[in-house]
Amino acid sequence: MFPLASHIDFSVTASLAIAALLGLGFGIALERAGFGSARRLTAVFYLYDMAVVKVMFTAIVTAMTGIAVLAGIGALDLAELYVEPTFLSAQLIGGLVFGAGFIIGGYCPGTTIAAMASGRKDGFAFAAGMLAGVMAYAELTPGIETWIRSNATADLTLPSVTGIAMGWWTLGFIGFLVFAAWGMGRLEQAFAHLRPRG
Amino acid sequence: MAHVFAHTTSGRAESASRAQPLWNPYLAGVFLGLVLLATYLVTGRGLGAVGGFSSLAAWLTGLASPEHVTANAVHSRYWNDGAPLASWTLFLLGGAFIGAWLSARRAGRIEWTVERGPRVSDSQRMWLAFAGGFIAAFGAKIAKGCTSGQALTGGSILNVGSLVFMAAVFAAAYGLAYFVRKEWL
Repeated sequence: MFPLASHIDFSVTASLAIAALLGLGFGIALERAGFGSARRLTAVFYLYDMAVVKVMFTAIVTAMTGIAVLAGIGALDLAELYVEPTFLSAQLIGGLVFGAGFIIGGYCPGTTIAAMASGRKDGFAFAAGMLAGVMAYAELTPGIETWIRSNATADLTLPSVTGIAMGWWTLGFIGFLVFAAWGMGRLEQAFAHLRPRG
Repeated sequence: MAHVFAHTTSGRAESASRAQPLWNPYLAGVFLGLVLLATYLVTGRGLGAVGGFSSLAAWLTGLASPEHVTANAVHSRYWNDGAPLASWTLFLLGGAFIGAWLSARRAGRIEWTVERGPRVSDSQRMWLAFAGGFIAAFGAKIAKGCTSGQALTGGSILNVGSLVFMAAVFAAAYGLAYFVRKEWL
């Protein structure tokens, strides 16, 4: 049954309309989470407001639960879902570089959209920087691109690596989220003095 | 449009007085997770954001030289036979902009301002935002994804590489937080 795209051939127009519609929900979620604000986003790195981890972790666990349940009752074909190819060195190095850009710039590629939509000038600066960064990457380092593409291996997920089914992983993540929620509450109390006033 | 933007002199967005409260983070997370789940169920793929910027970059470069785009290992992937703007992720970002704008307007959270801590100037913050965007884009291109495309999308199907990416993002940001504390605190 799901995903729909595996047995419906959406036209280009329909596909782009679906993208815009899903984007609408994406934007509302980011804005209502407070992710249009660089200070709320970076607060997570000073431990006085853990909203970024709370929202991301809950979103991941919610989607994971939905996927595991729907696959479990046979409504979703897991094999039809696209899994980003694995190249651990690139994902590690890229993640470190990305994290540096995140704490310096205050946004990430999705949240800068919410920032621009709520009038944040620094959101526009971050987006302009991103565009320049993509251009520089394309012009200056095509060698990196070739290196990554030639080393990427096939799908590698925790269930396929460990042999433990997705349902068990999902239960584990739900349990960990409950524990983390308690821990993050404690952290926020301990670091409340860092919260800027005004 | 002038009435939409409340001007402030302090650069402190959180001081907006009329703004409605945000959603509880766990509630916002469930909503975001349902959007991600719906994306998977309809398209078989998850969310993304960097791809939209890559499409824009290919389009801009193509204005100068289409031959250069098709010959370039990075740009050519986003050329889409000469229609780089008809990009799925770019339309997703367009929808996200409108959704965020409607949401912010309804909540009274639109402010034409610069987000920063009290110890940096607006212009310093603008340059740091530009530099951060540049660095983040480079990282996302190397990792083939960002917080949306790798962390959220890959994390929810337990993709090992995405989980490594997420750990690396937080490790780098926590490691650097002390050195850029003046920008935020």
